[in-house]
Amino acid sequence: MRKYYNRIDKIAGNVATLKAGNVGYEELAEVEGRGGRSFAQVIRVNGEDVSLQIFSGTRGVSTGDKVSFLGSAMRFSFSDNLFGRVFTGGGAPRDGRTALSDNLVMVGGPAVNPAVRLMPHRMIPTNIPMIDVFNTLVEGQKLPIFSIPGEPYNELLARIALQAEADVIILGGMGLKYDEYLYFKNRLEEGGAMSRSILFIHTASDPVVECLQTPDIALTVAEKFAEQGKRVLCLLTDMTSFANALKEIAITMEQIPSNRGFPGDLYSQLASRYEKAVVFEDAGSVTIMAVTTMPGDDVTHPVPDNTGYITEGQFYVKGGVIEPFGSLSRLKQLVNGKTRDDHRAIMDGCIQLYAKCREAREKRAMGFEMSGWDHKLLKYGDLFESKIMDLSLNIPLFDALSMCWSILADCFEPRETGIRTNLAEKYWPKKA
Amino acid sequence: MSLTGKILTIYGNMVTAEVDGAIRQNAVAYCRRSDGVRLMSEIIRIRGNRADMQVFELTRGLKAGDEVEITDELLSLELGPGLLGQIYDGLQNPLPLLARKVGRFLEPGHYLPALDRAKKWAFTPVAKPGDRVRAATNLGRVPEGIFDHFVMAPFDLAGEWTVQSVKPAGDYPVDAEVAVLEQGGQTRSVTMIQRWQVRIPLGFYETRLLPTTPLVTKQRIIDTFFPIMLGGTYCIPGPFGAGKTVLQQITSRHAEVDIVIVAACGERAGEVVETLREFPHLTDPRTGKTLMERTIIICNTSSMPVAARESSVYTAVTMGEYYRQLGLNVLLLADSTSRWAQALREMSGRLEEIPGEEAFPAYLESSIARFYERGGVVKLPDGRVASLTIGGAVSPAGGNFEEPVTQGTLKVVGAFLGLSYARSYARRFPAIDPLDSWSKYTGLIDGKKVAGAHAFLKKGKSIYEMMQVVGEEGTAMEDFVVYLKSELLDTVYLQQNSFDDIDAACPPPRQKKLFEMVTEVLAHPFSFTDKEQARDLFFTLTERFRNWNYTAWDTPALKDAEAKIRECLTAGAAQTKEASHA
Ligand SMILES: Nc1ncnc2c1ncn2[C@@H]1O[C@H](COP(=O)(O)OP(=O)(O)O)[C@@H](O)[C@H]1O
Ligand SMILES: [Mg+2]
Repeated sequence: MRKYYNRIDKIAGNVATLKAGNVGYEELAEVEGRGGRSFAQVIRVNGEDVSLQIFSGTRGVSTGDKVSFLGSAMRFSFSDNLFGRVFTGGGAPRDGRTALSDNLVMVGGPAVNPAVRLMPHRMIPTNIPMIDVFNTLVEGQKLPIFSIPGEPYNELLARIALQAEADVIILGGMGLKYDEYLYFKNRLEEGGAMSRSILFIHTASDPVVECLQTPDIALTVAEKFAEQGKRVLCLLTDMTSFANALKEIAITMEQIPSNRGFPGDLYSQLASRYEKAVVFEDAGSVTIMAVTTMPGDDVTHPVPDNTGYITEGQFYVKGGVIEPFGSLSRLKQLVNGKTRDDHRAIMDGCIQLYAKCREAREKRAMGFEMSGWDHKLLKYGDLFESKIMDLSLNIPLFDALSMCWSILADCFEPRETGIRTNLAEKYWPKKA
Repeated sequence: MSLTGKILTIYGNMVTAEVDGAIRQNAVAYCRRSDGVRLMSEIIRIRGNRADMQVFELTRGLKAGDEVEITDELLSLELGPGLLGQIYDGLQNPLPLLARKVGRFLEPGHYLPALDRAKKWAFTPVAKPGDRVRAATNLGRVPEGIFDHFVMAPFDLAGEWTVQSVKPAGDYPVDAEVAVLEQGGQTRSVTMIQRWQVRIPLGFYETRLLPTTPLVTKQRIIDTFFPIMLGGTYCIPGPFGAGKTVLQQITSRHAEVDIVIVAACGERAGEVVETLREFPHLTDPRTGKTLMERTIIICNTSSMPVAARESSVYTAVTMGEYYRQLGLNVLLLADSTSRWAQALREMSGRLEEIPGEEAFPAYLESSIARFYERGGVVKLPDGRVASLTIGGAVSPAGGNFEEPVTQGTLKVVGAFLGLSYARSYARRFPAIDPLDSWSKYTGLIDGKKVAGAHAFLKKGKSIYEMMQVVGEEGTAMEDFVVYLKSELLDTVYLQQNSFDDIDAACPPPRQKKLFEMVTEVLAHPFSFTDKEQARDLFFTLTERFRNWNYTAWDTPALKDAEAKIRECLTAGAAQTKEASHA
C-alpha cells in the first residue's frame, strides 16, 4: 500500500522537499538511498510540495532517493519490555538488543484536560536540606536545574532520581557527551534502578533532528506509564540542546526569529513538553526534572528565560551549591504546610537572614565598620553555608529543620530572626 | 449558508484553503480530516479565493485537498445563565464535561454546548405584552446563585420591537422560548441564550463613566499605595517567579467584586487546577457561598493550541462585558497577556507579515489598547451602574520592562503594579516595587497621608544606598532612624503573609487602623543613644506589629497587641527624656 516517490526537489538544512499527494501533516516518511535509511516527518504541506524533516539529517541524501509515506505520525512501542532498555533519541535500540514493535502508541499527542489534573500534593524527599527545607520538590512538578557546564547538575539529577523512589525512571539525554551517558547508566545500575529505568539518549554526535524527538518519545512513554497508575520521574538533560535544535530547524524553514535567533514559538514548544508533568485524578503522575545550561551564565538568555516562565520553579546550581536566591520551587507551598508547623517560618526566616548576611559581607568587603548585628549575621552566614547549603549533606527534613533552629540560636535572639513568637517559643533550643 | 473549500497548504496551525464564494473575515470554518474529524478554525486573511485560517486544534493528519467547511458566523460565545462556576477552554468548551465525554486528553474536534440544556431556571417575567423593547432590554429574570440574571432582548435586534408574548413564571431550560417579539409583522423567538462575537465589544449602555469607587483587594500595598478602581485597568509585569500569578490568585479570592473571571492564558495548567480544585471549598465572606459560585475560569494553558489561546482573552472579556450588562461589578484577571501577544506573533509570522520589534506584529499596541478599552464603568439604560475591571499579568522576556508588550500595556492602563526580582528574592511579598509602581486612581486612604508615607520609602531607600557607600558609621543618627522607619513600613505594611489566615486579607477598617498606627511611628520623634539601641527597638516594634497583623480583628487579643506596640513608643519617649537629661 505504500506509495514510493523517486524525486526530491530541494534539500536544505535537515529538510527535503518533494512532490507527493495524499500526505498528512506530521506524517512519518522513510527516505532510503545510498546514504542509508532514515525516518522523516512532514513539517509543511504546500499544495503538492511536501517538506520533510529528515531525522538523520540530509548529509548524503540524493535527489534520487526513494521516499515513502507511512500513513500516520510517529509511533513508538510501549510495554513493560522497555524496562532496562537504552534507545537513541529517535527511538532505535542503542543497546544492541532487538527493536520493539508491539503496542505502538502515538508520539506527542494532545494536552491533558486540566479538569482531570489533581493538585500535586506529595513531597518528594531528597534529604538535601536546600531542597527539602527551602525548595521542596513535589510529585508532578516540572523543575529545571539552571546551571553552566562544569557544575554538578547531572550528579544532582542522578542523586534525586535514585532518592525519589519513583516507579519508573525515564532519562531523555539531549546532546549528551558519551561519558555523561555512561555516568547516568552506571549510577542507575549501581543504585539498583536500571530495571525500572528506560533511557533515550541523543549524544552530541547524533543527528540534530533526533534531539528534537528525544523529549517527545521519553514523555510519551512517561505519560503512558502514568496512565497505568505509575509514578514516573522523567529526567531531561540538556534542554538547551533541544532548544538549539529547534532554532536550527526554524532557521532552515526561514521562520522569522524573535530573540537571538530563536523562533517566536520557543515558549510554546518548551511548554508543550514540560506541561506533560501531571498528577492524574485517577491514575499516576509524571514528574519532570530537567537541566538547562545557561549560555554565558545568563538567565535572561531566551532558553532559561522561557523555561523559567514555564516550569514550576528552578534550582540554580552555582559554585557547587544550590543558590538560595533565585532558586524556587513554586509547588513547595502545596506541601510544606503539612510537614511541620515551623517549616514555612524557617524557610522564610533563614533566607531573609542569609540575604542580610550577604549585605553585611559586602559592607565588610568595602571596609566598613561591622556593627554587633553585622557580626551576628556573618557568623550566621558561615554556619548556614557549612551546615545547610552543602550539597553533600544527606539528612531528613525534620533533622534539617532542627539544625536550622540550632544555627539561629547560636547567632541570634529569637526576636531578631523575624520568626513569629509562638513558633520561636516552641522550637528555640533551650540553653543548656 | 455554508461554503466548502479545499485545503492547499498546512504549516503549523495555519491552513490555507481555496474557496469559491463570498467569505467573511473572522468567520468560523472547520477543516475536515479524512477520518471525518472537524477541526474548528477561524479565517484571518483573505486573498482572492484563498482563505488563510488559524486552526484551533493540532493540525496533525490534515492533508492537501481535504475539505473545509466555511460558515457565515463569526467566532461567538453562548451567553446566558449557567456560566458562573464553569471552567471553559478558550473556545468555550466546558472542560469537565469534555473530560467525561472524551477522556483525559483534549482530543481534537470535540465541541460541546457551553450552557447546560438540561438544567432548568426559575424564570420570572419582567416585560409584558405590548412593551416596546430594544436590544438588551430586560424581559425577565432568573436567579443565578445570589445574582439576578436578566433575560434580555437579543443583542442583535435592530430598532424597537414589541413584546408579543412572555412566558409566565416557571422553570425553563436555557433553550426554551420565553418570549416572542414582533416588528413590522416579523416575529422573533427569544430564549435565555444570547450569542455574541468575541472580537466585538459587547455593551448596551447609556454612557461610560469615570471610575470612582476603589476596588478593594485587601492587599495593603495595592489598596493604600497603588489602588485599583471598579472599571479601571491595571497591569502586573514581572519576571518569572516574582509573584504575578500568586498576586492574581490572592486577588481572585479576596477582591470585593461580584464576579471574577480568571483567564489562564498560555500559562501553567497546574495553576488553574489550584483555582478549580480549591474554590469550590472556599467560602466567599461577602455571600457565604463558595468562591466558585462567583467565578468563571477560561483556561487555555500553555500546551493547549496556540490559536485558541489568542481568542481566549476575548472569550473572557466578552463574558465580563456580559455580566456587566447584567448590572454587576466584574473583575477579569488575565495571566498572562504576554502569552496572548506571543500567540499573535506566532500567527503573524506564519502569515509572513512584516515584523516589528522583537518580531511582534505592528498592530500589537493597538490590539493591547483595544483589549483594555473593553473594561470600564457604564451606566445601563435602566440607570444602574456596573463595571468591568481588567488586570493583566505581563511576562516580559528577560524580566526587562522595555519590551513591546509591557510598554504597549503601560500606555493604556490606569495602574502599574511592577513586580521586582529583588523583592521576591528577599521574600518581600507581594513583591510589588513600591518605588517603580504607580496608580492614577485614588484609594481607601487619604492621598496626602499616603504620599507622606511613600516619601519615607523613597528617603529610606536613598539612605540605604548611601549607607552602602559610607557605611553605617558614616550615617547620621537621624537618617538611620528614617531608614529604620521605612523598613518598618515596608515590613509590616507593604508586606503581607498570604499564608496566614488573618494577614492574607486586610479589609479596609483594618487597613485604616494599621495605617494610622504605622504613620504614628513614622512621625514619632525617637532619639537613641546609639544605632544598636535604635535597631533593637525597631526589631521589637516590627515583631509586635507583626503579631498585631496575625491577630483577629475585634478581639481583646488585638487590643493587647496594640498596647504592646504603644509600650515601645512610650519606652522610646522615655529614652528621649533620658537622652536629653544626659
Ligand atoms: N504573596 C506571596 N506570598 C508568599 N509567597 C509568594 C507570594 N507571591 C509569590 N510567592 C512565591 O513566589 C513563587 C512564584 O510566584 P508566581 O506568582 O508563580 O510567579 P510568577 O507568576 O510571577 O512567575 C510562588 O510559588 C511563591 O513561592
Ligand atoms: Mg505566573
